[in-house]
Amino acid sequence: MIGYTLRRAGMTLLVLLAVSVLVFLMSHLTPGDPATIMLGENASRADVLRLRHELGLDRPLPVQYGRYLLNVLRGDLGRSIRSGRPVAGEIWERFPPTLQLTLAATAVAVAAGVLLGALAATSRNRAVEALLMSASLMGISMPSFWLGLLLILLFGLVLHWLPIAGGSGWRALVLPAVTLAAQAAAVLARLTRASLLEVLPSDYVRTARAKGVASRRVLFHHALRNALIPVVTVIGLQFGGLLGGAVIVESVFARSGLGRFAVGAIQARDFPLIQGIVVFAAAVYALVNLSVDVLYLALDPRISYD
Amino acid sequence: MADPALVRRLLRSPSALAGAVLTGVFLATALLASWIAPYDPVAPAPDLVLQAPSWGHPFGTDELGRDVLSRVMYGSRISLEVGAVAVAIAMVAGTALGLIAGFNGGLWDALIMRGTDVLLAFPGILLAIAVVATLGPSLVNVMIAVGIGAVPVYARTVRGSTLSVRQMEYVEAARAAGATTGRLLGRHVLRNIVGPVVVLATLGVGINILIAAGLSYVGLGAQPPAPEWGAMLSGARQYLRDAWWTAVFPGLAITVAVVGMNLLGDGLRDALDPRLRV
Repeated sequence: MIGYTLRRAGMTLLVLLAVSVLVFLMSHLTPGDPATIMLGENASRADVLRLRHELGLDRPLPVQYGRYLLNVLRGDLGRSIRSGRPVAGEIWERFPPTLQLTLAATAVAVAAGVLLGALAATSRNRAVEALLMSASLMGISMPSFWLGLLLILLFGLVLHWLPIAGGSGWRALVLPAVTLAAQAAAVLARLTRASLLEVLPSDYVRTARAKGVASRRVLFHHALRNALIPVVTVIGLQFGGLLGGAVIVESVFARSGLGRFAVGAIQARDFPLIQGIVVFAAAVYALVNLSVDVLYLALDPRISYD
Repeated sequence: MADPALVRRLLRSPSALAGAVLTGVFLATALLASWIAPYDPVAPAPDLVLQAPSWGHPFGTDELGRDVLSRVMYGSRISLEVGAVAVAIAMVAGTALGLIAGFNGGLWDALIMRGTDVLLAFPGILLAIAVVATLGPSLVNVMIAVGIGAVPVYARTVRGSTLSVRQMEYVEAARAAGATTGRLLGRHVLRNIVGPVVVLATLGVGINILIAAGLSYVGLGAQPPAPEWGAMLSGARQYLRDAWWTAVFPGLAITVAVVGMNLLGDGLRDALDPRLRV
């Protein structure tokens, strides 16, 4: 297991290294010269040349990349063009609300997805099953920003139960978390159902039933335990999707966070900031998936990668 | 593709049939928008601002007095275009890369598959954001961004199918008979992997429409006054209190179009290969 973990971690490092190359190239593939963008169109040629030299833009690409990578490894992601402040600090400041939203949405998605999936798999009532499957189809097909607007309309403007935008505390988190969670919940519900339908006819489930274990206990204690193993992997992948989805949900609910910050950075063409956010998000995503894969191994003793 | 048995199998499933009908309505609206839309989708009408749905304007009017129904109809054209172009980019590039990796193996395979690993290291919409950030916000760049994001899925699927087809005896026989690599790929391998690619493409159009509308919603895609569904919702956000219709109908249109593509894609998958069913 240690061998697998190390190999898997090595792969993650390689992928992140490649991500850093891509992100580094981003600013070179963009139309226009970064120094001109930073100084504005009216800057004198001499000023632009001086800034190009200061930024190292007159050096060969591999040298520039080496310098970039060393800085990133030291935690130095450069300075934001707009604010002039270090990018790493700016990201670190905006990350907590986004992490909070993503974690809350993950919790909602897992709870709702597993429960509804289990209900759909065990329900003898075909109407209930059809209803749950249509709901999951809607969840997968509905854009999050529309669901968010509908929730604002219903719970904020008509019923006045919850705040419609901004704010802090758990009440302000409910609608954004549900909005962000809907699609992942629908995916998890489908997966849980399919996985349970595969496990339910197994011998050990029948044995548990035959010896008189209550059916709820058979479901939650015996069947779900095995059925959830593939679901765990997908939770890891969904977490990354939710992190990305925060970009849109934060805009819908006017919440401060990394996602909304990224949109602002793109509109202002603040390249160091965009590059920093992309590297940061890819690293978080890669680490989450690495942990999920290793956790998966610990969860299921039948799996061996060695 | 026009195999009658396949079409019969597809239409036997009520959900696939529903998907085909919804997709048909979506396609027809997109193609006929300029004939069936009752009003100009972009010309403002100052005396008709934010009117509730009525006989004259079944979906109401927006903050500039434009007919929401007409804008939704023209919006289907933009969404179809974005979805189809992005899928075409992903399908062509992904299929080519998958064929090369699967057929040649060795270094090519390793390089291409590690490349897809890197693209997959970006969570969902983030890759699209990175590409849009590089190229600048616009609808065309959104198509490219969304297309690039979907390349790995095609590359991996096609590679897997190519690997299994390559082993088949008839490919071996064709090679022995002196078929060139191009002919082997085009005539024998490609023909056998059409199924999974078509399924991916159908499901992909729906996903791409969602991502592209999301990017336009946050202002990185279609720019005003384009009648794009995501951009329309973004404009509707601030009039939600007084004009629910400006937010409800464009969102409903996206959802119906994507539900249709998803149902049709699921139906195609089941009809082409029942073993793939989840």
